[in-house]
Amino acid sequence: MADPARSGVDGRPWLRFLARRLGVALVIVVGIAVVNFFLLHLAPGDAADAIAGEAGTGDPEFLAALRRRMGLDQPLPVQLGYFLWRLASFDLGYSHRYGQSVASLILERLPATLLLMATSIALAVAGGVALGVTAARFAHTRLDRAISLAVLFLYATPVFWVGLMMILLFSVKLGWLPTGGLYDVSLGLRGLAHAGDVALHLVLPALTQAFFFLAVYTRLVRASMLEVLGMDYIRFARAKGLSEIRVAFRHALRNALLPLVTMVGMNVGTFLGGAVLGETVFSWPGIGRLMFDAVFQRDLNLLLSILVLSSVFVVLANLAVDILYVVINPNAELR
Amino acid sequence: MAAHASFPGLGRRHLLGAALVAGALPAQAQARGGTLVISIIPEPSSLVSAFNTAAPLTLISPKFLEGLLSYDFDLAPRPHLATAWEVAPDGKAITFRLRRGVKWHDGQDFTSADVAFSFMEILKKLHPRGRSVLAPVTAAETPDAHTVILRLAHPAPAIMSALSSAESPILPRHIYEGSDPLANPRNNNPIGTGPFKLVQWQRGNFIELARNPDYWDAGKPYLDRLIVRSFTDAGARAAAFERGELHLASTTPVPLAEVERFRKNPNFVVEERGEELNNTMDIVEFNLRHPMLGKREVRQAMRHAINFEAMIRVVWAGLARPLISPIPATLAKFHSADVPLYPFDVARANAMLDAAGAARAQGGTRFKLRLDLPAINEVYAREAEFIRQSMRQVGIDVEIRISDVPSFIRRVYGEYDFDLSLIPASATADPTIGLQRFYDSKAIRKGAPFVNASGYAEPEMDAVLDAAAVEPDEGRRRALFGKFQQIAMRDLPLFPMALPTSLTLASSKVHDFMLGPEGMRDPGANIWMDG
Repeated sequence: MADPARSGVDGRPWLRFLARRLGVALVIVVGIAVVNFFLLHLAPGDAADAIAGEAGTGDPEFLAALRRRMGLDQPLPVQLGYFLWRLASFDLGYSHRYGQSVASLILERLPATLLLMATSIALAVAGGVALGVTAARFAHTRLDRAISLAVLFLYATPVFWVGLMMILLFSVKLGWLPTGGLYDVSLGLRGLAHAGDVALHLVLPALTQAFFFLAVYTRLVRASMLEVLGMDYIRFARAKGLSEIRVAFRHALRNALLPLVTMVGMNVGTFLGGAVLGETVFSWPGIGRLMFDAVFQRDLNLLLSILVLSSVFVVLANLAVDILYVVINPNAELR
Repeated sequence: MAAHASFPGLGRRHLLGAALVAGALPAQAQARGGTLVISIIPEPSSLVSAFNTAAPLTLISPKFLEGLLSYDFDLAPRPHLATAWEVAPDGKAITFRLRRGVKWHDGQDFTSADVAFSFMEILKKLHPRGRSVLAPVTAAETPDAHTVILRLAHPAPAIMSALSSAESPILPRHIYEGSDPLANPRNNNPIGTGPFKLVQWQRGNFIELARNPDYWDAGKPYLDRLIVRSFTDAGARAAAFERGELHLASTTPVPLAEVERFRKNPNFVVEERGEELNNTMDIVEFNLRHPMLGKREVRQAMRHAINFEAMIRVVWAGLARPLISPIPATLAKFHSADVPLYPFDVARANAMLDAAGAARAQGGTRFKLRLDLPAINEVYAREAEFIRQSMRQVGIDVEIRISDVPSFIRRVYGEYDFDLSLIPASATADPTIGLQRFYDSKAIRKGAPFVNASGYAEPEMDAVLDAAAVEPDEGRRRALFGKFQQIAMRDLPLFPMALPTSLTLASSKVHDFMLGPEGMRDPGANIWMDG
C-alpha cells in the first residue's frame, strides 16, 4: 500500500491526503475560534473598562456609548455570529483601541515576527543538531558532559534574564550590538545598509529566543542518535568500512531527525505566540507583544484574530511536518 | 506687553501678557537641528489625547495638537494658542483672544471656529474628563475669527486649570466636522498646529516626527526630528540610555534601583518636576459598606498603624513624598497643613480598635480584609505587602488580591466587591476636577471607574465641595479647600498614601525639556540638543 503514496506518480493520493487534512484543519481552526471566543469572555471586564482604566476616568453614559460602538452591548451568541461571519468573509474587523483595521495591525507586525521566528528556529535546529550529534558521537566523554552542562544552563535560564545579560554584555559593555528595536530609524539607512542594520538588531533577540530550543533539540538529537547508533544497520554500515562521519550524518542522523522534526513542528506555535518575553526585552515589534497588550486591553477582536491566525499557522506547520516525514523517511506513509 | 495692546476692549485685572513667557526661558544660546530620541511607556494607542486621556497619549498628542494655555510652575496660566483671556467678574464667561497667523499642518488658518467646535463637539462630549469639567459650558461664541467666549451656567474656576495642550487639545474643525470623530483616521496621523508633523508610525517599533517649518513660533522647534521609541523593558531602557540610543524619557523610565547610578553619572540629568498638573498619588479607598470599615474610629486607628516614613523608604527607595491630606503640597495654592494628623503609634491604634468594638478573636485576629489592586507594576505589589504587614501588627488580617486592570475595575467599581482598594489617583491641578469625584456623595455611581466607590456620603463634605466648585474668588476657594482637607482627614473614606516621584531622565546633551509643570507633555518646541 505504501508504494503509490510514496511514488506520487499519479497525484491522487497526495491530493486526497491534502484535501482530507485541510478539511480537518478547517474544523479545528473554527473549533479553536469558538472555544477561544468563550474562554476570553470569561475574563471579567471588557474593552470599555480597559479604556476607562487607561484614561483614569469615564462616566457610565460614556462607557455605555463605547460599548455600543464596539458592539459589546450585543448578546454573546450574536457577537459570536458576527465574529464567525467576519472570519468566513476574511474580514478581521476593526480595532477601536488602535483606530485601525485588525488585518493591517497584524500585517504590520508579521514580517518582524516571521524574521525572528525563522532565524531563531534555524539557529536552534542547526545548533541542536551539531551539538546533539557531537554529544552522541562522543557519548560519556568529557566533551559530552560539557555539552550537557552548557545545554542544561541554557534550558534552565529564563529568557528575559538571558536577554538582559546579553544586552549588558554585547550592547553596553562591548558596544557591538544595539539594545533593541528592529532597526535604527535615526540613521536613515536604505537598501543593503538597511538590511545590514536589521541583521545587527536581529542577532541578540534571535540568539536569546533560540537558546531554550537549542537546548531541547540538543538533548533530543543526542538521545535519538544514541538509540539509532546501536541498531544493526549502523553496525552493518560500519562493517562496510564507511567513515564515522558518514555513518553519523548519512545513515544515523536521517532516522534520528524524525523526533526533532515532530518537535519543531509543535514548537512553531510557541515561537509565534510565546515570544512575548523576548520581544519585550528587545522591544521587537512582533505579534507576541501585540497579543499580550490585546489581552490586557480586552481587545478581544484583535486577540481572537491573532489566535485564529496562529492556529492556522500551527495546523499548516503540522501538515508540513507530516510531509517532511515522507521526504526524510521513505518508509513513512501519508495518511 | 503685546497681548495687552492687542486687547484694548477688556479690563486689565485678569489679563496676562505673552511677555511672561520670555522670563521663563534660560539665557543659553539654543542650537538648531538634531534628532532627539524619546521613549513613551507604553506605546500610545493613538496620537490624539481628546478621546482618551491615557498617559502615553497625553505625552505624544501635544507635539501635534496644542491647547489654548500653558502654565508656569506656580500653575498660573501662560499664553499658548490664546494670547490673552479674561474671566468675567461674575465668573460666567471666559473670553479668549487667539493667536494670529497660526496655521494647521495642511495650510488652513486656525480660527475661533476651530476652538468653538473643539469645545462644544469634541471636548465637552467625547473627552473622558471634559464631559464633567466642561459641563458648565453652555455655548462657545465666536464674535470674530480670533475671539472665543465660553458661556458658563455658573462660575467654574477649575476650567482655567484644564486648558493645557495635553488636557484640552484644539482640533481642526475642517477635518473632524460631519464625521464620527472617534473613527477619524487623522487620530493616527494628526493635523494640528503643533511644532511637529508625523512622518511615519511603525507600530511597536517607532514614531517618527519631523519639524513643522511653518510653526507659529518663528525659529522653533529647534529639533529637526523627534523619534519616539517604546523600549518595553525598564532594564533595556536603562541600557539604551547608557548606549546613547535614547535621550529622554519621563515617568521614571529606569528601574528604581538604578536611579542613584544615573544621578551620579554626569552624562545624565534626573529631573523631579513636570507632574504638577497631574499630581498622581496612591490612595487606598475603604468600602464603608463593610461593618468594621464603616466605623470612622476603625479607619482612624488603621491610619495610626502605618509608618508612612518607613513605607516610602521601603516601597519607593525614598522616591515619593508623604501626604498628610488629599491635596499634595505640590499643589501649593490649595494645600493645607491644618488637618488632623495620625502619627505612627501601634499601641494607640490597638487601643482605638478595642474601643471601637473590634475585639481580638483567638489567635489575635480582629477581622479580615481583602485589599484589591490592579496589576500595574511591582511597586504596587510592594506597597500592598507593606499595608498587609502594618495591619497585622494591630490584628487585622489582610488578603491581597491583584488583578489586571479591566478585572479590577469590574470588581471594585462594577460590583463593589472589595474592602480596601489601592489605586493611583490624580489630584490634577484643581481639586474640583481631581478630588471631588472621590468624596462627593453625588459621585457614587455604580459602574463608573475612579469615582467615589467607598459609599462615603457626608452632607457637610458635599456642601464644601459644591461651594468650592463655583467660588470665583481664589482666597475664599482656598479656605473652602482647607475645610475640605480637614473633613477628609477626619472622616478618612480613603487614605492618601504617598505621592510617588515621577522622574524624567535625560542625556545631558538635551536642554530645555522641563520648562513648566507640563513637563514632557508640553509641545516640545523649546527642546534643543548640543550639536
